[in-house]
Amino acid sequence: MLKIENLHAGIEDREILKGINLQINAGEVHAIMGPNGAGKSTLASVVAGSEVYEVSKGTVELDGEDLLDLAPEERAHKGVFLSFQYPVEIPGVSVTNFIKTAINENRKAQGLEDMPAKEMLKKIRAMSELLEIDRKFLSRSLNEGFSGGEKKRNEIFQMAMLEPKIAILDETDSGLDIDALRIVANGVNKLKSENNAVLVITHYQRLLDYIKPDFVHVLYNGKIVKSGDASLALELEEKGYDWIKEEVSS
Amino acid sequence: MSKYTEDDLEKELQTKEYEYGFYTELDSETFPVGLNEDVVRAISKKKNEPQWMTDWRLEAFKVWKTMNEPDWANVNYEKPDFQAIAYYSAPKKADPNKTLDDVDQDMLDMYKKLGISLDEQKRMNNIAMDIVVDSVSVATTFKDTLAKKGIIFMPISEAIQEHPELVRKYLGTIVPTTDNFYAALNSAVFSDGSFCYIPKGVRCPMELSTYFRINEGGTGQFERTLLVADKGSYVSYLEGCTAPSRDENQLHAAVVELIALDDAEIKYSTVQNWYPGDDKGIGGVYNFVTKRALCEKNAKVSWTQVETGSAVTWKYPSCILKGDNSVGEFYSIAVTNNYQQADTGTKMIHIGKNTKSTIISKGISAGKSQNSYRGLVQINARAENARNFSQCDSLLMGNACGAHTFPYIEVKNKSAQIEHEATTSKIGEDQIFYCNQRGIDTEKAIALIVNGFSKEVLNKLPMEFAVEAQKLLEISLEGSVG
Repeated sequence: MLKIENLHAGIEDREILKGINLQINAGEVHAIMGPNGAGKSTLASVVAGSEVYEVSKGTVELDGEDLLDLAPEERAHKGVFLSFQYPVEIPGVSVTNFIKTAINENRKAQGLEDMPAKEMLKKIRAMSELLEIDRKFLSRSLNEGFSGGEKKRNEIFQMAMLEPKIAILDETDSGLDIDALRIVANGVNKLKSENNAVLVITHYQRLLDYIKPDFVHVLYNGKIVKSGDASLALELEEKGYDWIKEEVSS
Repeated sequence: MSKYTEDDLEKELQTKEYEYGFYTELDSETFPVGLNEDVVRAISKKKNEPQWMTDWRLEAFKVWKTMNEPDWANVNYEKPDFQAIAYYSAPKKADPNKTLDDVDQDMLDMYKKLGISLDEQKRMNNIAMDIVVDSVSVATTFKDTLAKKGIIFMPISEAIQEHPELVRKYLGTIVPTTDNFYAALNSAVFSDGSFCYIPKGVRCPMELSTYFRINEGGTGQFERTLLVADKGSYVSYLEGCTAPSRDENQLHAAVVELIALDDAEIKYSTVQNWYPGDDKGIGGVYNFVTKRALCEKNAKVSWTQVETGSAVTWKYPSCILKGDNSVGEFYSIAVTNNYQQADTGTKMIHIGKNTKSTIISKGISAGKSQNSYRGLVQINARAENARNFSQCDSLLMGNACGAHTFPYIEVKNKSAQIEHEATTSKIGEDQIFYCNQRGIDTEKAIALIVNGFSKEVLNKLPMEFAVEAQKLLEISLEGSVG
């Protein structure tokens, strides 16, 4: 589904991603772990199309289609979703209004009419129940005054509404207490299917207790230096990242 | 490359034009340019005015000649040459005494282009409308329906003929001829505008609306609106404005006077979309307007304005809270793009006891524009327990525009409670990227963010116009991020 080959990217002269190779197939859950500054969030932003980073080499394809030539919104229309590590505030725009606009813009790109209000309402109800979101929350301004946990839950709510092909969860576990973590993970698991895939980016193994990855990759210094199954995450949790660093430098 | 960059967006939008910039070929009668006593007399004569009105104008003209154009506002422009303007221009076929069916076809076509269908208005919308093209009022709808309730809604030129006692009683009482340079000029040369009177205890059953259009070149528009809400009455009033795109700067100097007697309520909404000039700052309307309301006991006046047009705006809709327990409100969205300059705000003059005022001002600046909020909150000595809340928010786009806030607060009574909040923010690239990532393109993202920013004020507009105003905001800001 998502295929990344020899991806190099950075800011100005500083290269952050130094040749990433990653293939994610439909129905799979991948986790990328790594120490701070390894390039985890950069990878997420580059796939989503952030203009902060410049891609110097390599390809990113979704179902065989080159993504790098597409604007961020076009990538979204193709089914790329990024749950932001730090979701931004948009004052005066309610959660409902925002998601309605997003859904209808995606539908427009697919040549569809706006989603009928009734259908929209039904879906919003179902998804907010799934993620145990209070109805009142939906009329608040997007991310304004939200707690860390509320912001992340709102990200997953949007994911649930937009039904992406590939969802990239960038440090979704940070700022979540254990109950919120369980709710969010539960939501992600329920929405997982044979037709979509999830890429979990995290610093800690904690989230992976709830979202079981099929593959775990270690990102270090802009490269994937080790890949394995779920047990790799446990190993990292136990031993930390130092042994990886040593392994790489030796 | 299918990638659509901000540069592409900007390029594309540069070609988009002011939607109302067309000129309609109407057979017009226009006075020669220049201003002197004879011109003032001629306007008065044209209108077949009584002597008291002619004298009133001449007095105003005399005062105007001694006055200087104000220069304290935070705007820079070449001062208009007042001898190079034609002070009266009227479409020849306009005859207010005729019914709509007799209105000239060219003019009907023009209304259609402006999105005003009088026929449709008649049938569908519950809005009574007066239309002023250049210097005269050309059509008033719903007159009969309103008359049944005793409501008078007509061009002010007609009101001077038909209800001289009312006009004479109130005209110039809120904005005296000597008030300021433009008000004095307006008093001398105004040729039309709307007059409205709501009798005691009557709740006006529909929105009243005036649509102003400058059509001819080389002319100024000086309209005068006088609205009197008698005791215990209620009215909601809306005005809209457009003008053709021209290289010259056209002058619009209006005066609006509102009188809310005891227990009356007036809601006055403006959607101002005069031609703003082009992207190089050539042309555009100079919008120098004096708007003021008087609130008697328990009366309430709300000004709501969406200001997107004009090259230069100088405008401070104000409330004199004379009566005890009276309430004044000012809700404003001012958008400036390209080289537009706006210096706008309000004055809340608290005289009565327990008077309350609220000011919510939202300034949005883009391009190389300058956007200033200027407001005065004045609590007089006998205004016990007066309260004011002011909030001034500015939103900036890009690095070449400016937002300024000039709040003046004068308090002469210790019991006053005054709050002032101000914020300045920028549309962030991270906000845009966030929206993009959800499938919302940059243009739509800006519209969403701006509408969110303006929501508190947009919510104050009558439903039908809130939608229009939202669209207008989007159009005005297209291509402004880069």
